[in-house]
Amino acid sequence: MKTIDNIRKEFPVLLRKVHDKKLIYLDNAATSQKPKRVLNKLLSHYTKHNANIHRAAHTLGEESTLAYEDAHKIVADFINAKSWREIVFTKNATEAFNLLSYSLGNSLRSGDEIVISIMEHHSNFVPWQEIAKRKKCKLHVIGMKNNSVDIKELSKKINKNTKIVSVVHVSNVLGSVNDVKMISDIVHSRSSAKVIIDAAQSIQHIPIDVQHIGCDFLVFTGHKIYAPTGTGVLYGKKEFLESMPPFMTGGGMIEKVTVEKTTFGEIPYKFEAGTPPIAESIALGEAIKFVKELGLNEIHSHENKLIKYALDKLKKIKGITILGSENAEDHIGVISFNLKGIHSHDLATILDQEGIAIRSGHHCAEPLLNYLGLNDCARVSFAIYNTKEEVDQLIKSLEKAKKVFA
Amino acid sequence: MNSVIYREHILDHYKNPQNFGIVECADIIHKESNPLCGDEIEISAKIKNNKLADIKFRGHGCAISQAAASIMTENLKGKPMEEIMRFSREDMMNLLAIQISAMRMKCALLARHVLNKALLKNLNEKNNENHKRMKKELQNE
Repeated sequence: MKTIDNIRKEFPVLLRKVHDKKLIYLDNAATSQKPKRVLNKLLSHYTKHNANIHRAAHTLGEESTLAYEDAHKIVADFINAKSWREIVFTKNATEAFNLLSYSLGNSLRSGDEIVISIMEHHSNFVPWQEIAKRKKCKLHVIGMKNNSVDIKELSKKINKNTKIVSVVHVSNVLGSVNDVKMISDIVHSRSSAKVIIDAAQSIQHIPIDVQHIGCDFLVFTGHKIYAPTGTGVLYGKKEFLESMPPFMTGGGMIEKVTVEKTTFGEIPYKFEAGTPPIAESIALGEAIKFVKELGLNEIHSHENKLIKYALDKLKKIKGITILGSENAEDHIGVISFNLKGIHSHDLATILDQEGIAIRSGHHCAEPLLNYLGLNDCARVSFAIYNTKEEVDQLIKSLEKAKKVFA
Repeated sequence: MNSVIYREHILDHYKNPQNFGIVECADIIHKESNPLCGDEIEISAKIKNNKLADIKFRGHGCAISQAAASIMTENLKGKPMEEIMRFSREDMMNLLAIQISAMRMKCALLARHVLNKALLKNLNEKNNENHKRMKKELQNE
């Protein structure tokens, strides 16, 4: 394992200053920073290989196509999909959920039931709310027990009418983990429903094996795992992707088009209409190589040590309320909290003046915040390049903020 | 820490807001939240003899949005409506007298935005010059 100092050197942005202070980036759950090798991949694509994919018979076209396909293979291998064709590139996780809600939603009938949880990010909430409204389906929103989806309540809601169950792996607010394998098993044993997992906040922190989980679909976004923006991933079991109708139609996704009718191309291209973000997708492959070389177990171990260190220090601050569990083991990547008498936005502004980037607000999880009886909270989230010294600086700055508002 | 944003007068208004509450039998009333951060402000006011006889606000949110509402109501209370209708973004920023980053501008201007909406919604002066100007401004916010 490389030292954290050496890893930090790979992230050029960490050298910059904010308000004359060293940048301390603790907003990784919103988006991670990008290592040089990912940025270089973008540059080398555009300076050496740039061409559109699939159709060109020339050298650059072939290089681009192969590299783009290769990125699918790297992702497939990373999550242990059976085939690279089970990997669909979308522009982000939101698009992947919309694809699913439209494409799976196509066969929904009035009276069918969809199950999600109160822990969902809006991207895995609103698309289901919308399709349920359009198709007159029942939408069940499962509550929490011990900061995770209440398995008992979920089990009770699964029946022969359940068609879709879509739940988050790791909460973007609480950092708590759902036992997605158990959820998959329960749903599959009681219904023919498709199980969808939102891995946007887990893919960058813990190893994921889609065959072990047993889910039918899994969604994540590249920009939270050191890749450029514009790179979402939808994993889907081959048999389902093949039988589902396309979400968007047009160029790149067809087999044959005549005036009368169109037949669609093979997966994953059936779901990748139009010219995709080619360079960004290739750079996603590079980001995953970067993560694989460091090792997710190593990454998790480093981040978990930081979380433990931060939690121990945060708990000692008078007037603080930690959201979710107080045990480091129950937090993946994020810690959310509120300081009495200081709105999270004000906290974020004061910390920004100290060079520290944190998140504030409802974190695109308004139903969860309401469920917790809150309007907003502050969130710090960690990546492989964060250090204990940065946590120390965070704690100092929180004490300063308390003085401003005292 | 010498905060350029959290100056004494802002923190004073945040901790002890002026005109907090709701005006009974209000002539104009409007509530809105900032979808980005959830700050919420409701403005209610009474108009008498072409003057803003009473104005109150309630809501929740960050120090900037709540202090801005307090400072604005304190300043506008009792003023002639002609002046109220001309109360601009610049006037609001001058009242606040702090530097605000682009990301926090919405917090600073929320109270004035809600007041404008309240005035537009409740005042039947479609051809009034002020009315047209306010509408145009709102479209750009």
